[in-house]
Amino acid sequence: MFEQRPREEALKAPKFAYFRAQTLGDVFDVLVRHGDEAKLLAGGQSLVPALNMRLLEPRIIVDINHISGLAGIVEHGSGLRIGALTRLSEIGASPLVARLAPLFAQAVPFIAHLAIRNRGTIGGSLAQADPAAELPACALAVDAVLHLASARGLRAVAARDFFTGLYATALAPDEVITAIDVPAAPPETRSVFLELARRHGDYAIVGLAARARFTGRQAHDLRMVFFGADSKPVEARAAAVALRHSARVERIGSAQDALAHDLHPSADLQADRATKLHLARVLLARAVRALSEAA
Amino acid sequence: MSETLELHLVVNGETVRRRVRVRQSLADFLREDLGLTGTRVGCEHGVCGACTLRIDGAIARSCLVFAAQVDGAHVETIEGLSDSGEIADLQAAFRARNALQCGYCTAGVLVTAAELLRAERAPSRAEIRELLSGNYCRCTGYHAIVDAVEQVCRLRVAQG
Repeated sequence: MFEQRPREEALKAPKFAYFRAQTLGDVFDVLVRHGDEAKLLAGGQSLVPALNMRLLEPRIIVDINHISGLAGIVEHGSGLRIGALTRLSEIGASPLVARLAPLFAQAVPFIAHLAIRNRGTIGGSLAQADPAAELPACALAVDAVLHLASARGLRAVAARDFFTGLYATALAPDEVITAIDVPAAPPETRSVFLELARRHGDYAIVGLAARARFTGRQAHDLRMVFFGADSKPVEARAAAVALRHSARVERIGSAQDALAHDLHPSADLQADRATKLHLARVLLARAVRALSEAA
Repeated sequence: MSETLELHLVVNGETVRRRVRVRQSLADFLREDLGLTGTRVGCEHGVCGACTLRIDGAIARSCLVFAAQVDGAHVETIEGLSDSGEIADLQAAFRARNALQCGYCTAGVLVTAAELLRAERAPSRAEIRELLSGNYCRCTGYHAIVDAVEQVCRLRVAQG
């Protein structure tokens, strides 16, 4: 058997109490009593680094991994319902997601690495609302709806109302995300997911989730959501207008110019504001060409 | 709700019971409490890949999981993968092709690369590089690692 060794006293994470929730009711009880001093542990791929670096010092960690019914992907209405605790690798491997929510299937390989995707969850990614994260942009681009639960009851919030700022969302301190509804991609929808990062799996410098519907070779209803280019995922509406909501290659230049109205990037460790805006222009051109060639 | 917890899990096929502090990482638990030092601790925030192991068959970063979270789970470390012979050919190829120098990252690289050995077709070099993109090696420059993984994947597929 294993030899017992003397314990090192130094631990990375700050002191906290650990609570393993078995039901959503357990979670509500802790959140009602402790509010912001409690943090939910889902996949832990953002929370644990923050704890290890002592950026957060919650009094209580609520492990929600043992609550049944929070994970899984099912057809719901004409679209998909993805449980908040569904792992990113499961989303990436799901034939249902590939068929009904192809943008998500395209995005998953860009998220970190397999070992991270095996743990990380969609609910965690959306709640974290990292400005460089892939899934919040996808949720916005497909008009996903988030289901939130608390002791006060249930409510549904559209993705466009959910992301409110830098790491900020409409989630109240006593609420938990339970599921995400993704409407089925309409017939003849094509989507493109692009991301620029220094190495595969690194945080995006800038990324773009785009989709359009096609009637024959004619694209319409073009939606373009940039991430890493502002404090939260942003739909490039002015650029879409410049493209006449279509994939018109000859209008790429004016759409690129319109991006200055849509995006307000701030400098981060990876790039300054001008570089980010330039890279967003590059991605817009690539996406429009890809969509037009897909027709 | 407490700061310690009675843990019951299976590590490399052996049942383990220990009382752990809830804020201890799985990597530290394995290294310090069980003496399984094959799992390396590098960056301790999920970037370098040195601490990669399997939890219930799926690879994960053991620096981003608290020991308290693997209660009831099956954990496999490089020691388990070595003892079972599952990756003996991969280890031999790493040695033959100088795919390691200081060896610090090697356990994590092997555990990650083993994911490709289970596939039914040989992966391309680009696929190998993509899978290993989350494992940093500061010695080899990666070419020898990709060579070794590619060779073993091809041999495995050829042998059915």
